Amino acid sequence: MIRSAPLALRLSSRRLSSSISSQCSAFNGKGRLQSELCSKALTSLRGPSNRHFSSSTLHDISTVDIDSDSRIYAGDVPLPLTTDCTIFEADDIPTGKYPVFRVMDENGVIRDDAKGPQYIDPELNEEHAVKMFRTMSRLNVMDNIFLNAQRQGRISFYMSSQGEEAVHIGSASALDNKDVIFAQYRETGVLMWRGFTMSQFADQCFSNSGDLGKGRQMPVHYGSRALNFHTISSPLTTQLPQAAGAAYAMKMEAVRNGSNRAAGVTVCYFGDGAASEGDFHAAMNIAATMDAPIIFFCRNNGFAISTPVADQYRGDGIASRAKGYGMASIRVDGNDLFAVNAATARAKELALSENRPVLIETMSYRVGHHSTSDDSTRYRSTEEIKKWDNEDNPIDRFRRFCEAKGWLDEERVQTIRDEEKINVLQALESAEKKGPPALATMFDDVYKEKTPELERQEAKLLEHVAKYPERYTGPGH
Amino acid sequence: MLSRLCSTSRMTALKPFTRTFATIEVPVREALNQAIDEEMERDDAVYIMGEEVAQYQGAYKVTKGLYQKYGDRRVIDTPITEMGFTGLAVGSAYKDLKPIVEFMTFNFSMQAIDQIVNSAAKQYYMSAGDIACPIVFRGANGIAAGVAAQHSQCFAAWYSSVPGLKVLAPYSSEDAKGLLKAAIRDPNPVVFLEQELLYGTNFPMSDEAQGKDFVIPIGEAKIEKEGSDVTIVTFSRGVGLSLEAAEQLTAKGINAEVINLRTIRPLDRDTILSSIKKTGRVVTVEDGWPQCGVGSEIAAMCMEDDVVFDSLDAPVQRICGADVPMPYALNLEEAAVPQINDIVEACEKTMYRK
Repeated sequence: MIRSAPLALRLSSRRLSSSISSQCSAFNGKGRLQSELCSKALTSLRGPSNRHFSSSTLHDISTVDIDSDSRIYAGDVPLPLTTDCTIFEADDIPTGKYPVFRVMDENGVIRDDAKGPQYIDPELNEEHAVKMFRTMSRLNVMDNIFLNAQRQGRISFYMSSQGEEAVHIGSASALDNKDVIFAQYRETGVLMWRGFTMSQFADQCFSNSGDLGKGRQMPVHYGSRALNFHTISSPLTTQLPQAAGAAYAMKMEAVRNGSNRAAGVTVCYFGDGAASEGDFHAAMNIAATMDAPIIFFCRNNGFAISTPVADQYRGDGIASRAKGYGMASIRVDGNDLFAVNAATARAKELALSENRPVLIETMSYRVGHHSTSDDSTRYRSTEEIKKWDNEDNPIDRFRRFCEAKGWLDEERVQTIRDEEKINVLQALESAEKKGPPALATMFDDVYKEKTPELERQEAKLLEHVAKYPERYTGPGH
Repeated sequence: MLSRLCSTSRMTALKPFTRTFATIEVPVREALNQAIDEEMERDDAVYIMGEEVAQYQGAYKVTKGLYQKYGDRRVIDTPITEMGFTGLAVGSAYKDLKPIVEFMTFNFSMQAIDQIVNSAAKQYYMSAGDIACPIVFRGANGIAAGVAAQHSQCFAAWYSSVPGLKVLAPYSSEDAKGLLKAAIRDPNPVVFLEQELLYGTNFPMSDEAQGKDFVIPIGEAKIEKEGSDVTIVTFSRGVGLSLEAAEQLTAKGINAEVINLRTIRPLDRDTILSSIKKTGRVVTVEDGWPQCGVGSEIAAMCMEDDVVFDSLDAPVQRICGADVPMPYALNLEEAAVPQINDIVEACEKTMYRK
């Protein structure tokens, strides 16, 4: 699966005097980076204020070493692995299979002592690592409990994220809340990382009086202006061209303020199935032609409801399509939190500094069913699901890394899971006790100001309810 | 090239003159152009995008001169992707820009209807008032001449059934200017249905309407001609037909009142119902199809209002496009489209003269 020709081409055409990797010294046994220079370079990735190297360095790495090993990903296709976080330019995409950027293997071991550590924040400490682990655990615990609540008939619908926790937390932790999120629906962890509380999740799913959305949307259609997370839109892929528009608006805002750099990047998540919709093409093309500072973030988890990727496309996944749109791209191991984080940070810097879109494709596996309306064992074997869950679990991968660091052990992991279980159960029980949204709110927010017709309808409804109070004694009236 | 006669600069230069002598003749295309120009000048967040709106100045030249004045940052030629540029505009409206999306014709808006109906119209409600979508979707709607089934149809009833959208349909140049300015200033998504056959038509424009503060309130119908015998409710091209029909009816001793809806959603129920209460008879006129049309809604209003129902002296008559996709051949097209004579006869029918 390894092709040497494109490497040779890149070497001859785009050799750099100093790639980041050549500046980084080795990773010692305890996992500490020793190169201060490398540390500075990494720090610069984390925020616009600290720019030690020019933005062009980010995507102009001359050499990409594709490891001799490959890995089976979605669609049972073996893909080459690389420890180089190269965002490929459209005219520079390797021929053959698009390589997958991976830093940490299934056992939580950093793959390449020479290069791997540069993609881990040198300031990563126990507190931050445990926060990431805790958030992934909370998401996983919440998924299990809410799925059960749905089966018990307490909520009508739910969608879980099992198997994709590292995609959520890895990308969310590379962004800040000034960055704008357009999600599909399976990005709950991104919102959780941003600070959406357990009560807010539970209240939304129960559609009660505490729901920020006033009981208007199906469960899991979260949204929060305060956290710059756009309300989930049920029709697949409509968020892609919209996200390009939001990115364009932010670029224009910067221009009006005399700046060339938007205040934040727009990140638009979508699945491998969504990439078959016409909106995908429309969005890619218009974002590219409008030079929108956006990250199109494809979560390739192998399935679009029941349709496996083998029936979804004939090409090499989604990242390979960037070439046709003249767009930069990178393919990442989605179960590797560090790889997702590093790729997202680089993509953000590239998008913002050069005002153009970047396509990320993360490769993972949807361990859970599509939604509570789905039974995925009808189209895939239980063994296959278990194999992924047991052998390449993103939470376990990160846990093992933390255990090797001495930041986590079995007891602490159990404590965290127990604490989160209590948190989730408390939120769920409290949400269940809250009443439904008030009837009178039904006519709000259709327009900025109610139209006479809406006022007429509302008055009639309330008059009717007032006339027959004995019929409308329940909560919410 | 009628629009050249009334270019913005000339009008500005003539302002003191026109103030003294009031009304001038302006084609609808020019009135629309003035509205966009003035609102872009007034608010930096307003921009316009669509196919060929910039360098080519619009398929119908509505955006003439804007690219030269405001540049490619605010007058944007797009790839041929209704889904793409409509979605992009919607997303930019979520982030506080005020886009005007030009559809070359509303027939092509079907390729972006999910963005309009499922996103723009519902975002404010779905986000519980968190995220508004101040956007204008505009372009030629309704029947045109000799362009057959896929280029000649009215979407007023479609869009007007959607809560969250406002739907406007101008008839004259004053309507076009005043309503488009209102649409651009409105914080909600507005569907603005122009009429290709009227773009080049001259209408008188008052001194007031030539000013930059001329805005027609959304949701208010205009009584174009007062009358006492029968109410004709119509919009867009239908207003012109109805006014001519009313003239013919006058000769026959029937005094028709003609209501120009201007806004299809929210409908000005007060104006419509009080007119019907007065006349006791109603005829609706539209180019769109009969089933679930705008006329159906007017008829339903009459049924639902106790007083109006009691005051009706005759069944409601609806003049609509024929219930077939628009044919191409001239004779068939003519038969598929409301004619003045149809309106005259329908009014006579309500008077039991037929």
